[in-house]
Amino acid sequence: MRRARAASRIAPKLRARTARSLAVLAGALVVAWSLAPAIWQILTALKPTDQIAHVPTVYLPHPLTWDHVAALWTRKPFGRYLANSAWVSAWATVLCLAAGALAAAAVARAPGRARAALLIALLVISLFPPILLLFPLYEMVRALGWINHPIALIVPYAALNLPLAVWVLEAGFREIPAELDDAAQLEGCPTLTRLWRIHLPLAAPSLATAGMLVFIFSWNELMLALTFMTRDGSKTVTAGIASVGGASLYEIPWGQLSAAIVIATLPLLALILLFEGRITSGLTRGAVSE
Amino acid sequence: MSGAVWTRERRWLLAPAAALLLLVVAFPIARLLALSLCRTELSHGIVLRFAGFEQHARLWQDGRWWLALRNTLVFGVCSVTAELTLGTAFALLLDRSFRGRRWARAIVMVPWVLPSAVMALAWAWIFNDSFGVLNDLLSRMGLVRGPVAWLGSPVTAMAAMIVADVWKTTPFVALVVLAGLQSIPSSVIEAARVEGATSARILWHVVLPLVRPACLVALAFRGLQAMGAFDVPYVMTGGGPGGSTETISLYAYRSFYRYLDFGYGAAIAVQGALLAALVLLPIIRFARRPGGSR
Repeated sequence: MRRARAASRIAPKLRARTARSLAVLAGALVVAWSLAPAIWQILTALKPTDQIAHVPTVYLPHPLTWDHVAALWTRKPFGRYLANSAWVSAWATVLCLAAGALAAAAVARAPGRARAALLIALLVISLFPPILLLFPLYEMVRALGWINHPIALIVPYAALNLPLAVWVLEAGFREIPAELDDAAQLEGCPTLTRLWRIHLPLAAPSLATAGMLVFIFSWNELMLALTFMTRDGSKTVTAGIASVGGASLYEIPWGQLSAAIVIATLPLLALILLFEGRITSGLTRGAVSE
Repeated sequence: MSGAVWTRERRWLLAPAAALLLLVVAFPIARLLALSLCRTELSHGIVLRFAGFEQHARLWQDGRWWLALRNTLVFGVCSVTAELTLGTAFALLLDRSFRGRRWARAIVMVPWVLPSAVMALAWAWIFNDSFGVLNDLLSRMGLVRGPVAWLGSPVTAMAAMIVADVWKTTPFVALVVLAGLQSIPSSVIEAARVEGATSARILWHVVLPLVRPACLVALAFRGLQAMGAFDVPYVMTGGGPGGSTETISLYAYRSFYRYLDFGYGAAIAVQGALLAALVLLPIIRFARRPGGSR
């Protein structure tokens, strides 16, 4: 009797504790699932070749080798790929943010119905599958003589990420009190100056979020990069790595490929781990404010 | 009304964005629609001739189109279902407070920012038949006897692609659902608890109905993206074995660049997009209908 009562007193505490440890366990599983493929690539990249193609699988590289990483720079124009990706993504981000900030400033101060219509139109545009645009864009790029030129990717990347940039920036601009804007207007401050002096500094977090997302998505794009960049020296890092995969899967030097995969993804890994809070809150504020 | 301040300049502020979208989206779509009504003749260079709906009609008799359509639907339905389930579970977990939650959130987002083209290769390595780590793990656990050629047979190749896609995009669903969860006022849940509802009942009858709009947003986005899947099949399987993982986008891509059949490729892309829109419509209607929660 007494023991039963004691048990019923302990039970809620016990249940809370098991619930908490179950949550921790689930959290650990989720973290493991999210990181495992990336960690496996890192291990493969640092393994001597004979341990990569070994049955049964060798899990930890012993000794660690930097040969695959070094081979990337000597045997493939991997440095070029990285530089191309960085160049294209950076300019696409600049162009996208410039056009996006202007548009977002207009949308943020538009009367309710026009604003909703513009935002929905942008959303619909962002939902078109890219295969619809691929071939006509290719024709255009060829007619302009832009094949193998970075601008062939910069302009489409800026345009394709524009809806997202406007959504994120608009949410940031909306938080700036309209009175501030009106006061500056009465002082005779022209529109572009107001945008530069008031909107952009006050909405700097949104600008950073939008910039990071546009950069990440430009860095990751494959389909256009694959078709517009035919020369090896012009390829971006995704196209360079993916064109290795298209060959026979048996001839692939997996050590080098893993090293390439790791290096191509490290910048993004750093971005998300450092700025995760900002990226997710910026994204969801744009979404939830509707 | 302070809106008046911007009225005159508004048009000009929208101009650069409008120009970009016209050039990169509107014009190409118009061109693609026109192309889909043409036949390519390769006799004297490449000549396009108007052919009405001939290309669209060809699709009916093309077994490869139906296979690609089936593959795309199987891929889309399986991966989006798994992503919504897993993503909601991730979001519920990340919504609780526990030590290290900030880090857990950052790490859960990792797959979403990595390039799918590159990580599809990483998955191909994991699923590799002779040296892949999956076969090793499974045989150590005694679950398989001898190596399985995951990417070598139709059903397992599709399953491998779905796993890679689920890994990559579950974080997106988790992110959207988490935003939905955080917009639920805690007073609602407190009220249910005071009434004596158990956690399971609160989850089922209060929390999940309230995050339904967020789930539908995620469903719409992911559904459309999955209907246009290109990167993962291109890199991981190349559409093989025997076309069993070729998606609509991959088939259209090949019609353009391998077979130089531009009109037909355009027709494939147009019909694929129309079907995707058809899939989306009921979701939007469902989202508009007031939920049972209110």
